[in-house]
Amino acid sequence: MPENARARILARLRDAPARPAGPEPDFAVMARKVHPPADRYPRLRRLMEAVRAEFVETTEAAWPGAVARFAAAEGLRSLAYGRGTAAGARLEAAWPASGPRLVPYDRPFEAWKRDLFEDVDAGFTTTRGGLAETGGLILWPSPEEPRLLSLVPPIHLALLDTTRIHDSLWHAVRAEAWAGRLPPNALLVSGPSKTADIEQTLAYGVHGPKRLVVVALVPA
Amino acid sequence: MTAETGRPDFRRAAARALGDSSLRANFRRAMDGLMARRAAQFADPVEWRDLRALGAAIRARSLARLPELLERLEERCVGNGIAVHWAETAAEANALVLGILRRHGATRVVKGKSMVSEEMHLNDYLEAHGVESLESDLGEYIIQLDHETPSHIIMPAIHKNRGQIARLFGEKIRGAAYTEDVDALTAIARRVLRRKFFEADAGISGVNFAVAETGTLCLVENEGNGRMSTHVPPVHVALMGIEKVVERLEDVPPLYSLLTRSATAQPITTYFNLISGPRGPGEKDGPREVHLVILDNGRSRMLEDRELSSTLRCIRCGACMNHCPVYTRVGGHAYEAVYPGPIGKLVTPQTEGVARRHDLLEASSLCGACGEVCPVGIPIPELLVRLRAEAVAARPEPGVLEAGEGRHRLESAAWRVWRHLCERPGLYRAAGFAATRFGRFLPRWLPGLAAWTRGRATPRPARRTLHELADAEGIPDA
Repeated sequence: MPENARARILARLRDAPARPAGPEPDFAVMARKVHPPADRYPRLRRLMEAVRAEFVETTEAAWPGAVARFAAAEGLRSLAYGRGTAAGARLEAAWPASGPRLVPYDRPFEAWKRDLFEDVDAGFTTTRGGLAETGGLILWPSPEEPRLLSLVPPIHLALLDTTRIHDSLWHAVRAEAWAGRLPPNALLVSGPSKTADIEQTLAYGVHGPKRLVVVALVPA
Repeated sequence: MTAETGRPDFRRAAARALGDSSLRANFRRAMDGLMARRAAQFADPVEWRDLRALGAAIRARSLARLPELLERLEERCVGNGIAVHWAETAAEANALVLGILRRHGATRVVKGKSMVSEEMHLNDYLEAHGVESLESDLGEYIIQLDHETPSHIIMPAIHKNRGQIARLFGEKIRGAAYTEDVDALTAIARRVLRRKFFEADAGISGVNFAVAETGTLCLVENEGNGRMSTHVPPVHVALMGIEKVVERLEDVPPLYSLLTRSATAQPITTYFNLISGPRGPGEKDGPREVHLVILDNGRSRMLEDRELSSTLRCIRCGACMNHCPVYTRVGGHAYEAVYPGPIGKLVTPQTEGVARRHDLLEASSLCGACGEVCPVGIPIPELLVRLRAEAVAARPEPGVLEAGEGRHRLESAAWRVWRHLCERPGLYRAAGFAATRFGRFLPRWLPGLAAWTRGRATPRPARRTLHELADAEGIPDA
């Protein structure tokens, strides 16, 4: 049945009269959406704060300490992170012995599904950068930094190098040639999970993280 | 036209909806807010013009190359490890989904929002075959609890107010205390659904854009339920209509921008999820299998007509319904169709038949608002007029389902008389004279007049015809 369905659908589409293709797409309107480098981070921050993302500003040298201080101040019991990334190594090296439990996501999900759902207070991930036009972070999960780190724990801490903010998604896709090298899952995240399904009233923290905390690396 | 029992009847359903003041208030409030916020998103008219032209061009090109792009999408998806299935009808698609679930012994499924799954009535089908299929989008979850269908394609529970939702949760969810607080209601749903995500054997989702170039499925959402449904369970089944494919990854950013700004007036949604494969080598999470079901369900028929094929450009933003004076007053359920509002008035008659759903083609004042706000430039009012003509055409075009079958003897006779009059000036003048002198004595029960006067005052013709007035002013006859 399915093989026949495929053949029949494609045959019908090929037999249909030629559709008007219209003009070639003109992407000039996308190319115009540029922002001077100095404006990109303030713009991203303003747009993301409008949808309740939080920002912790720190520097390249000091960020592991800033993350530890945030975790302690919030009274977190545990923070999951990806082992095997440079950022993960920095976090391990700098983590205070008295700090919250630092939990590497180093096993298949199935091996610790219940713990991840019930016992992890926050997940820490890196990002590939951000988007100035709309706000938003670019995440490419990897074997070292799994997909669910940024989704299941109630708080998502995301490390952003503010010098790696693209003008827009269109610019990022082209500049980094995404088409040839997308990982099995790539995503944009612009704030904590939210819904307006009840009377158009915004409510945060519906299924995904209740808080998104951007650990923003600004020049020292 | 024969009257069947249970046949959809927009007039009857609309009259019922118009009498429900709480329903009308719920829609009015929501649509007013959406219109204002969308307008603010497209405040720059030049950007709107150019971006919309780009969106329209991308969608038109995708449709022009549809068979080729679908084959490339399949090839790239398979290369990425995504299994691809094809279904001509909703019944075939349901059987495919059930087959995949059965192979995995899956009995508990969580679903992200998918209008294609509504076309399939997938939840009912799965329940009938022993599979629990739970909607995880908050709006969809609410209406599933109340055994309803979506009243809007983006905000499925927009017809309900918080009091109604509070009562529903209090009745249907064990341990839920009555509350009208939106945050508390949301927290109740989070608690219930987290457990369901955790336990689910499989996840089902729709697809917003499928990229032929890379074999990527794009999902747009705010809640995180889409990511939960596609990444926590071991199997992910994605459903898409054949029209969802675009050629290149570069095509996605403009369409995504048009979609989120038109639909909910957001510059970007909380999550944009690009899925290009199942759990890869060394990956520690993500589904072990990803399946893509490509469904036709009447779409290829729409492509048989050059003009009507632009219906398939639709990116399902819902802006046409948000701006529709008819939709705003009667709500989504009155259409008795999967897709309500202006786009539904195009899709439903083309898939169910123009004669059968002629009622929808008439449910428009042709004010043009839908065509103006459509982010991919679908000429909705023009297509509605075209379908009205097809429904009653004496010599119907081939591609349109039930074309000509809406033809009504009395109606065609009336139009023939009208043409006859208009072609004969003497006769036209005589008829005009008769209408101005005796028109007011026409009985209200006259066919045609009766339908008009049911909800309106009887029209009173002027005492003299326009020709007479012109003559009196000394204006020469043209």
